[in-house]
Amino acid sequence: MARQPYDGVVVTVPVTVPYRRYSTNTAHWWVGRAVHGVIQGAGLKSADIDGLSLSSFTVGPDTAIGLTQHLGLSPRWLDHVPLGGASGVVALRRAARAVQCGDAEFVVCVAGDTNQVDSFRRMLSTFSRFAQDAVYPYGSGGPNASFALITRNYMKHYGATREDFGKICVAQRDNALKFPYALMKKKLTLDEYLGARAISDPIHLFDCVMPCAGAEAFLVCREDRARSLGLPAARLLATIERHNAFPEDPIQYRGGWALDIAEFYAMAGVTADDVDFVQTYDDYPVICMMQIEDLGFCAKGEGPEFVRSHTLTADGSFPHNTSGGQLSVGQAGAAGGFLGLVETVRQLTGEALGTAVPDALVGLASGFGMINYDRGLASGAALLAGGTA
Amino acid sequence: MTEPLARPKRKNPLKKTRVPMLPQGVRSRTALGLTAAAAEGRFRLQVCDDCAAVIYPPRDACPRCLSPRLPFKDVDDRGTLLAETTIRTSTDVYFRERMPWRIGTVQLDAGPSIVAHLHGDLSEGQRTRLELKLDKSGQAIAIALPAEDTPNMQDDPQWRELTCDPKFRRVLITDGRTAVGQALAEALSEAGASIVFVGIADPWKPFAGEDRLRKLERVEIVALDMTDTISVNECAGEFAPRVDILINTAEHVRTGGIIERKGLTVAREELEVRYFGLTRLAQAFGPVLRARGADGVNSAAAFVNLLSVYALANWPAYGAFSATEAACLSAAQSLRAELRPGGVKVVNVFFGPLETEWYQAVPPPKVAPSALARATVRALQQGLEDVFVGDIAEDIRARLAVNPKALERELGS
Repeated sequence: MARQPYDGVVVTVPVTVPYRRYSTNTAHWWVGRAVHGVIQGAGLKSADIDGLSLSSFTVGPDTAIGLTQHLGLSPRWLDHVPLGGASGVVALRRAARAVQCGDAEFVVCVAGDTNQVDSFRRMLSTFSRFAQDAVYPYGSGGPNASFALITRNYMKHYGATREDFGKICVAQRDNALKFPYALMKKKLTLDEYLGARAISDPIHLFDCVMPCAGAEAFLVCREDRARSLGLPAARLLATIERHNAFPEDPIQYRGGWALDIAEFYAMAGVTADDVDFVQTYDDYPVICMMQIEDLGFCAKGEGPEFVRSHTLTADGSFPHNTSGGQLSVGQAGAAGGFLGLVETVRQLTGEALGTAVPDALVGLASGFGMINYDRGLASGAALLAGGTA
Repeated sequence: MTEPLARPKRKNPLKKTRVPMLPQGVRSRTALGLTAAAAEGRFRLQVCDDCAAVIYPPRDACPRCLSPRLPFKDVDDRGTLLAETTIRTSTDVYFRERMPWRIGTVQLDAGPSIVAHLHGDLSEGQRTRLELKLDKSGQAIAIALPAEDTPNMQDDPQWRELTCDPKFRRVLITDGRTAVGQALAEALSEAGASIVFVGIADPWKPFAGEDRLRKLERVEIVALDMTDTISVNECAGEFAPRVDILINTAEHVRTGGIIERKGLTVAREELEVRYFGLTRLAQAFGPVLRARGADGVNSAAAFVNLLSVYALANWPAYGAFSATEAACLSAAQSLRAELRPGGVKVVNVFFGPLETEWYQAVPPPKVAPSALARATVRALQQGLEDVFVGDIAEDIRARLAVNPKALERELGS
């Protein structure tokens, strides 16, 4: 059966609560700031918000239900999406159906996490049962070590070099220098990238995101409601979501996108060539490269050559992670899974805070997350279009 | 190739002794199946009873057929190292002190991929053999070794972190009058221990085997009477900071059950030697051992109990003796928990009747003291926690696992 299109559903009011490296505030504070930002930005009142979707690693012991009382909301539709880097896409696609079917009118999708001095270490050791049983006791290198193994294997098989990954990171830093909320404010050269200290070979310092505190949010509603509120909005063309794809692969070299990509573009009625910019989930540059392949911009194994033959800055031949991505803005926990989507909405509604991609009509935001044992389990992607596409 | 270990220099007594840290020891209940395998040096993973899938990490449902019947079974330990990394930054204090640390992804021939510690002589793309070991937290981890043994491979720092190798360590054997104590002194001297202190109660009294014992290289006789608290405390006062491996060889073997003993004299005597002796030893040496678990190449490593296998199931022909051994086993379980904060292993070596005078009337098979000594040294070199030496011990172990009640009746008939 063909999937129903998301006709009439839009995404609007992109909100970022400026990140901080460490915060003494709780996740509740960050989430509250973001929800407030959406309500103010939309010109609504709390009572108008009848749908809430929450993603957070550090809001415990609360879940979304606790946040309704904490924030004084009375939604008739509620969701909690504990999917890390895939949270944004998953929250969006569920909210879109709720709005489309009339279960809710205004859904605020929010992701926020705090970062206290010791919270990253504590999260790593208890991230999942498999992590506790079969990863953390092995050097406790965290995701750096797990992705080092994936990166090493990918380099060996497909000939990617550190220079290729460096090109991705350097371009993102260029983008970030113009994005006001980026925590990284200094230019990064390829030499600096290559000369950085090793963290877990072949992962070096600038391959890693910096954990921080922050929040991201957006509003999902019907197109006519956005118009009547005078809100510039991006239309939702297609989404995909997949978990635990290719479990038989002995080590991860592809993600779930590869399973669902044909349906993704068919649903949107566009091809990869029509996409004007791409926000990949950039926990590590090797994952960006995998997404470039698995999302259909080149064939499997051609990622390194694709990166070499393109410019990746917001004004380049393949505008990529145009706000700087998590690698340069920072990784605010689950908000990292929202960063690309929020930036996509800004680009498509003419609200870019940094460099605007020229004539951007169609944007792709991708999510990836939950390294439960040896690989990221969740993948997702969304195609959005600006007003005239 | 592994760089051979250098003999550690004398320690500067003014320097701080490093506080032992442990890697995270929290595991799911199911994952403790790996710990049970590692304790005995087996390579066991879950194998689905219904579809035969080999499963890792440990699960409660088969990812192929959803069966809940997933017992741990011996599986092929061979595989290929697909990718490796050298971790240089860790959030964990234990590993932070031991950086850099190599791990890798091993694809087992049997199916699953396992993230494992790597032996220094193994590199990416090579064939490998996996072993399950107990790390300092006492929980199981997998380590990938070269497919074929390499020179000095036991000296690899990541491997040595998992073992209690006597090489360059200092050992105290509590009773050198026994045949087992003497055999152990010889075996440990050969295994490269820096010094083997051998306890003798009333050293002025001559004993069988004394000349041979005194001639062994790097063996030093010290006064130690396990039935005398002052003697044990004095020995600890002088030697405890220099003892890395403690082996309790004190023995007291008499035939007979509980009723026919008539009175408590013999029972008291055997408890004095065995249970109270062990208690004295643990109280005198335990705190120092526990504090020295991360003290360099010759850190404190192991507290070894030689236990009759009848500690696990009473043999009424030696009924009172079995009961005392059971008390010692129970104490050893407590010691495991008490010494774990120091990363010091408590090794229980279970043996059947020995080839000694006290088991004169017992028919073979019996365990030669030298065989028991070799098995003990091997257990230390391999980092095992529970060892069964000889056919009888293995047999009791197997029968106990199948049906403890049947074993009780069989031993009592």
